[in-house]
Amino acid sequence: MDQTPRTLPRQSWTFSNEINSEIRRAAATGIYDIRGGGAKRRVPHFDDLLFLGASISRYPLEGYREKCDTSVVLGTRFAKKPIELKIPITIAGMSFGALSAHAKEALGRGATMAGTSTTTGDGGMTNEERGHSEKLVYQYLPSRYGMNPDDLRRADAIEVVVGQGAKPGGGGMLLGQKITERVARMRNLPMGIDQRSACRHPDWTGPDDLEIKILELREITGWEKPIYIKIGGARPYYDTALAVKAGADVVVLDGMQGGTAATQDVFIEHVGQPTLACIRPAVKALQDLGMHRKVQLIVSGGIRTGADVAKALALGADAVAIGTAALVALGDNDPRWEEEYQKLGTTAGAYDDWHEGRDPAGITTQDAELMTRLNPVEAGRRLRNYLAVMTLECQTIARACGKSHVHNLEPEDLCALTVEAAAMAGVPLAGTSWVPGQAGY
Amino acid sequence: MTTMANTQIREDLDIGVQPRTIDMAWTELRDLNSTLQAQAGGEWVIENPRGAHALAVGLQAPLEVTIKGSTGYYCAGMNKEAHVHVTGSVGPGVAENMISGSVVVEGDASQYAGATGHGGLLVIKGNASSRCGISMKGIDIVVHGNIGHMSAFMAQSGNLVVLGDAGDALGDSLYEARLFVRGKVKSLGADCIEKEMRPEHLEILADLLQRAGADADPSEFRRYGSARKLYNFHVDHAGDY
Repeated sequence: MDQTPRTLPRQSWTFSNEINSEIRRAAATGIYDIRGGGAKRRVPHFDDLLFLGASISRYPLEGYREKCDTSVVLGTRFAKKPIELKIPITIAGMSFGALSAHAKEALGRGATMAGTSTTTGDGGMTNEERGHSEKLVYQYLPSRYGMNPDDLRRADAIEVVVGQGAKPGGGGMLLGQKITERVARMRNLPMGIDQRSACRHPDWTGPDDLEIKILELREITGWEKPIYIKIGGARPYYDTALAVKAGADVVVLDGMQGGTAATQDVFIEHVGQPTLACIRPAVKALQDLGMHRKVQLIVSGGIRTGADVAKALALGADAVAIGTAALVALGDNDPRWEEEYQKLGTTAGAYDDWHEGRDPAGITTQDAELMTRLNPVEAGRRLRNYLAVMTLECQTIARACGKSHVHNLEPEDLCALTVEAAAMAGVPLAGTSWVPGQAGY
Repeated sequence: MTTMANTQIREDLDIGVQPRTIDMAWTELRDLNSTLQAQAGGEWVIENPRGAHALAVGLQAPLEVTIKGSTGYYCAGMNKEAHVHVTGSVGPGVAENMISGSVVVEGDASQYAGATGHGGLLVIKGNASSRCGISMKGIDIVVHGNIGHMSAFMAQSGNLVVLGDAGDALGDSLYEARLFVRGKVKSLGADCIEKEMRPEHLEILADLLQRAGADADPSEFRRYGSARKLYNFHVDHAGDY
């Protein structure tokens, strides 16, 4: 037997097993990979920031004793009836169609118990959703599925969706498996077809048109409703400035970790910027226009903990929105369904074929049997609990930084663990006074 | 003259005599729309529209509204039950997302006429620009003249009737809307094909022409609809998109 020492087999970093498996899948099927969720790649994120906390130069507030306010008012610029929330965490837009009716009900229940808002999605407003959501934001999307003036008027705010972090520049996608009779009827489409929503609005192009479109929406709803404009993390400085110019009360900024019901994996992973990279340019746009805190900023895309909330607020956001995290709180990707995830060729935590409608947790499905697995009352309670924990965590950090309102958190409270995060967040690298890209270096 | 906030309604016409007149030379847009939206019915005349945007939007009752002149964007947007008559031309997005009722335009219409409309009847007696009937969802549209390119893009349901010619890429990515064109079609969009005109289609067409005040013979029209090849993605059809 040859005793010559041999090098270990070496896997290519460039052609990893994961990459090779995708090449083989593409070669076998001839179609790109479609999945749900947001970017899975590692990108600079809130984990790369730390709060400094109080010290001799900063007084902390007493935990659980001294007040640390978490309330937020959205839509103070033009709307007669701004939205008042108890916590700075909202539920992002997710459609009935992408999600089951039980899941939408659970989101409404949880958000209402927590004192915050939830949001419709591509497909219109259901009575269950309206009924269970004390504060409901109605999305105005390019598809205009189910759009009607009555639902506009019974909404608490209107969110004009221009872009989405998972796919800035892309339209919606709901494949035939999920176009049941009810979903088809709401969208005025034949059952079972692959539904692809347009990526542009059908009746306006550019910020000048958008300004007139917003005028029309305000005229239809008596100037009562806050008008949000949702943008994906593409060019956050200019997009925010143009949203303000167009008349937004609120700008919703969604980074690339923000989820989608379904789109091409290549889109999710390769188009758009990380949430962390988007916040400071958007805030600067608001500041340059003298509109920071006058036009509120909601940040979404990868918000998971109270620390993430606190960091987003410290960078200048007024509130955050959660989507994927809310679904996990309801029961998405729960290990209790591991056996069934295995049958689908995946594992708990990695399941992202939300478009196929076979979700073992009964959330991203229209299958009547699977849907019943999610108890909307219990799931709503879990979401309420999760929102409460995030809020407590955010307050804990804010008090430690000496803030009596979470909105008083500021970039000065932060440092970064990496050069990249320091540059994106505009805060010093930990242990230094260096903010990459500022002061000439 | 009676003043309702900034709305001025001619007093002689405001004592139950129809129609009542609102002069946009003196009236704020907000006051016009809030006044009309609050009505359960009646006849109204809007004078001096001066190309203003969002005129008579969000109406929700069977009013008879005549706009004397031309309008800007989104005239009669999201109309429900009202009958709006524009004596001039209209800007982009006339009767966008209409639910029911009718909108009649004596002149021409800019782009996106009847966009995403769910119901009701839109009549353009002149020409309509590009993307007429884009993403329509049940509305009926009758254009006495020609229509521009990309009309009925992603149209889901309803009927688009064109007495003149249609521009490029008619009915691109069409769903179940029916398209009837009497003149020439410059080109058809992806998945849009000519279809047989059966008796039931002639019946639908005759009714629409009659309701739209169009003197035309249904037998002179051709029908176009979806080939339904793109309803479910197949890689062999990827080049059709």
